Amino acid sequence: MTFFYLAPWIVFFPVIGLLVNMIFGGRFSEKVIGTVASLASGLAFVCSVLLAYSLTGHPEAFRWTIGEWIHIGTLQLDWTFRVDTLSTTMMLVVSGVGTLIHIYAIGYMHEDVRFKSDLKRFRRFFVFLNLFIAAMMILVGGDSYLMLFVGWEGVGLCSFLLIGFWYEMDTLARPSWANSNAAKKAMIANRIGDFGFLIASFLMFWAFHSLQFDQVFQQAPAIAASNPGLITAITLFLLLGVTGKSAQIPLFVWLPDAMAGPTPVSALIHAATMVTAGVYLIARSAALYVTVPAAQFIVAMVGALTAIFAATIAVGQYDIKKVLAYSTISQLGFMVAGVGMGAFAAGMFHLVTHAFFKALLFLSAGSVILGMERGHHHLAHHKGHDEHGDPHEEVFDPNDMRNMGGLRKTMPVTFWVYLIGALALAGIFPFAGFWSKDEILANAQQGGFTAVYWLLAIAAFFTAFYMGRQIWMVFFGEPRHEAAAHAEESPKVVTVPLMVLAALSVVGGALNLPGVETLTKWLEHTVEFIKPSEFIMSVALISTALALIAIFISWLLYGRKPLKAGEVDPLKKMLGPIFTGMERRWFVDEGYKALFIDRYVDIARFTADVIDWKFWHDWFHEKVIAGTYNWLSNVMLNRYADQRGIDGFFNGLGEWTKNAAAGLRRFQNGFVRSYALFVLIGVVAILGYLLFK
Amino acid sequence: MEFILQPLTLMTFFPLLGVLVLLFIPSEKKNAMRWTALIASLITFLISIWVLTMFNASNPDLQLVAKYNWITVAGWNIQYYLGIDGLSILLVLLTTFLSPISILSTWTAVEERVKEFMIFFLLLEVGMTGVFLAQDLFLFYVFWEFTLVPMYFLIGIWGGPRRIYAALKFFLYTMAGSILMLLAILWLGIYQGTFSVPDLITKGGIDPHTQLWLFIAFAAAFAIKVPMWPLHSWLPDAHVEAPTAGSVILAGVLLKMGTYGFLRFNLTLFPQAAVQAAPVIAVLAVIGIIYGAAVSYAQADIKKLVAYSSVSHLGFVMLGLFALNPQGIQGGILQMINHGLSTGALFLLVGMVYEQTHTREFKVYGGLWKVTPIFGTIFLIVSLSSMGLPGLNGFVGEFTILLGTFGSTVLHSPWYAGLAALGVIMAAVYILYMFQKIFMGPEGSIVEEVKKHGHALRDLNWREIVTIVPLLIFIFWIGLYPAPFFHLMAPSVDKLTAAFQAAALAMR
Repeated sequence: MTFFYLAPWIVFFPVIGLLVNMIFGGRFSEKVIGTVASLASGLAFVCSVLLAYSLTGHPEAFRWTIGEWIHIGTLQLDWTFRVDTLSTTMMLVVSGVGTLIHIYAIGYMHEDVRFKSDLKRFRRFFVFLNLFIAAMMILVGGDSYLMLFVGWEGVGLCSFLLIGFWYEMDTLARPSWANSNAAKKAMIANRIGDFGFLIASFLMFWAFHSLQFDQVFQQAPAIAASNPGLITAITLFLLLGVTGKSAQIPLFVWLPDAMAGPTPVSALIHAATMVTAGVYLIARSAALYVTVPAAQFIVAMVGALTAIFAATIAVGQYDIKKVLAYSTISQLGFMVAGVGMGAFAAGMFHLVTHAFFKALLFLSAGSVILGMERGHHHLAHHKGHDEHGDPHEEVFDPNDMRNMGGLRKTMPVTFWVYLIGALALAGIFPFAGFWSKDEILANAQQGGFTAVYWLLAIAAFFTAFYMGRQIWMVFFGEPRHEAAAHAEESPKVVTVPLMVLAALSVVGGALNLPGVETLTKWLEHTVEFIKPSEFIMSVALISTALALIAIFISWLLYGRKPLKAGEVDPLKKMLGPIFTGMERRWFVDEGYKALFIDRYVDIARFTADVIDWKFWHDWFHEKVIAGTYNWLSNVMLNRYADQRGIDGFFNGLGEWTKNAAAGLRRFQNGFVRSYALFVLIGVVAILGYLLFK
Repeated sequence: MEFILQPLTLMTFFPLLGVLVLLFIPSEKKNAMRWTALIASLITFLISIWVLTMFNASNPDLQLVAKYNWITVAGWNIQYYLGIDGLSILLVLLTTFLSPISILSTWTAVEERVKEFMIFFLLLEVGMTGVFLAQDLFLFYVFWEFTLVPMYFLIGIWGGPRRIYAALKFFLYTMAGSILMLLAILWLGIYQGTFSVPDLITKGGIDPHTQLWLFIAFAAAFAIKVPMWPLHSWLPDAHVEAPTAGSVILAGVLLKMGTYGFLRFNLTLFPQAAVQAAPVIAVLAVIGIIYGAAVSYAQADIKKLVAYSSVSHLGFVMLGLFALNPQGIQGGILQMINHGLSTGALFLLVGMVYEQTHTREFKVYGGLWKVTPIFGTIFLIVSLSSMGLPGLNGFVGEFTILLGTFGSTVLHSPWYAGLAALGVIMAAVYILYMFQKIFMGPEGSIVEEVKKHGHALRDLNWREIVTIVPLLIFIFWIGLYPAPFFHLMAPSVDKLTAAFQAAALAMR
């Protein structure tokens, strides 16, 4: 029995959910709104499961068209859903993790809207979240590059809306442009990537006369043989799109700022699903990439360099979410390197496990933040009663790890799930991250990508280190702020999804165990170029050793002698300016601002104010054209032209207008007259030319 | 009777009936006048739907033709000749669709001299519809010039502080270009012996050199109207000073008369010249796209930002038309409609907030999404449509234009589309800037300022929602299911591009 006809419903359910909440949500309680949205996402998950089940019997791709889209000449695009093993893998991750995050968000947003005193925004959050699921499903479910692009930009919009969710404040809830700037930055950085996507699609269309996946892939070998440069160009322009969406060098700068969004958003969009769209795109385009090894090498290097670069920055962050954000960039680098090397199964495997443990880490971080806010609120409330002080006097940052410490006692559930997530991310046996990260490293060694291998191995070392640092700083030692001392554990609606994700982070590796290769065999039906990867014991041992050493060092620095309130980070004392570099993100943002953003603003202002207005509008038109003919008219009209005729007409016109609008300024006669003359001279001259030439 | 009952004639001149009724309504009955104008334009819209039902989309030729001899003296044969085909039907529908919407938007905005306003507005509608339907060059010229007069008064009487200056500049600029076109029309009439466009096409045979001169003469008129860079200097003045309804019609329809002129006359009458001139036009279009987008970003006035964005958007339209292939031209035609919808809607929205705040300076705005959530959400959708978000109308047009340009055998270079695609990034920059500065960030000073005058800033009322929702419907419709719109124009465009292949072959 097959359920392929359900394909469009992975989009329809979330759309129905958002429409219901948008239209009737005003009368719903928070519980109903949250339930409707979670149900919409949950039903999309059920559909995804049924689609995946249907594929077990018919593993070849199934296509389901629901309508005509753009048909012009040879351009034939339809709204067609594609159900194959690759797309359903993504659908399951998106709707599965998505549903858990919807449920979590009911609890999280309940508190968040109260901390920020705008209860109305609860509904808006779930409308946006459903919209995101719908757009993401279009992205992974589309059957052509252009339908993929609809989802691609759609999720970019949702990202914009949700980063800027608290658009009138900054992350500390002070009135500010900061959050909306972060939202704008994300969308513009993504648009730069989308430019690459568009150019790639133009090249593709005029080479293949189609944007439909099968038709493009079928012709790829033949065209690669006759014109490899073309395919290289297509794949590299697609890579530009990937660097935007999946936050790779050079366009990664938007993702850390995206942490301005509520934490469930960071987990769902900026860690587990949307940012992996670039990895999906490369895996989807496997047939193109495998024909051009040079492009594959570039992709792998971009991924590997991003992995190590972002990992170093994560070491120097104090904001609990910023550490995770740079970690996400780094892990996306692992995935991009994986699919870049042609290890499509390994890359997708890491995508899936990362979705589990990074969503877990973000949501747990959200739980920590809520706990801190509760502690702070409790405190402020208490103080307010005792001393009648202003509770908002002190600017308190609930995200700052320097304010935390000792939270394992006050928030035990959160501590344990966080620890599981951290171990999975650090790649400790037998957690999910160990298996998937190792498969990428093994592929790098096997495939002869030595540089990529070592870059990734060192990045893995940093990963274990910064996660160790975070665990010690947040959960061990003594509270460094009273809020941390009074932190409270989160309610069930928050912790239950965490436990589910923790379980997945433990056993997720089973998806593609060496020798069993469930995921590889599943994806093989769609991505023909998957090489079965070997388990290399030396690689596993080296990376485990590196991770353990890193954790040990982190213990030496942060665990053995816990940080005291107000104390300088021990690593800063040791590394000095290098740490400052890591802390300040190697000054990339400052560099981009000085090199590109400020320059663009300058050019735009100069073009608008000086070239367009002062020169072209004021000087050329007023002074040169009007001025010259004013002068000419004075000379000529006085001698030759019938003044009464022309002036009479325009004066009449002027009178009419003047009468029509009482109190209007009278026409300036010279001005009108000169223009009229200008017209007249033009006519005579050209007529003369035409008649006598 | 037979004359007036022809569908196209009836559609063109029906608003005159409204004018006639308006003349007899006493000046103090403002609402009666508003209703009269609204109903007249609504009936005109219904007639245009009736025309649509009779239109055979698979026929590439002119349909529902109304043809009479008009002036036949001294060997001249000027005809009253109306017809509709795939190149014009969508623009006609856009005109009849935007007119009632614009009238609705003036309900509370125009309190002075309502009668004159409505009369001019209905006259303008007659002129615009006529421009899109006329198939005789002389008749076309009459309609073309005729639209100037009502628009001149709409800006000059109901406009902002510098209205006279702006109105005059608009008038004279267009006139200057039109004179050249008139000469070219006269040349065709004299040397080819007919003013009828279909006859001129069949006759053909103008040598390439002369074609080029005639092409330039027509292009002068149309390029000013579009406006193409660098002839855009009248546009910011006209838009900033025009009343809201005037801006909507100016951006929505009047600018399209320029792009339509290129399509209907320059491309069909002078195909070889068009092939020759295409690279030049495309370069100007690409400059316009980038220049318009950069200049938009640096504006301090909301309406001026939207005005300059038109320079960028119409650059896309021109680029598509002169790709001279089906994707480019169909995309170009669709983008004319898209621009009319999105930019029209943006002007309406800006007008709605201006009516309450009396200022359009970005610096006093901020945080309005919280104060006026419905307004904010609708503004967001329209903005996204304008910046070409996939799933909304703008994307379909932009994508097909860029795709067509990229593979154009006439332009024969990927650089045009490559550079124009930068405009997609730049559009995000200025559109998001606009949305952020008005709706996001901390609450702007204008909220308090408005409160001081007794009323708090209010969200959209029912009339305003009714005004804007029809536009939203089409923004989604064209974005998700543009097929019916493409079907309407496809046969006529195919016929046109076939002529180009012939012309391009002839030139080899």
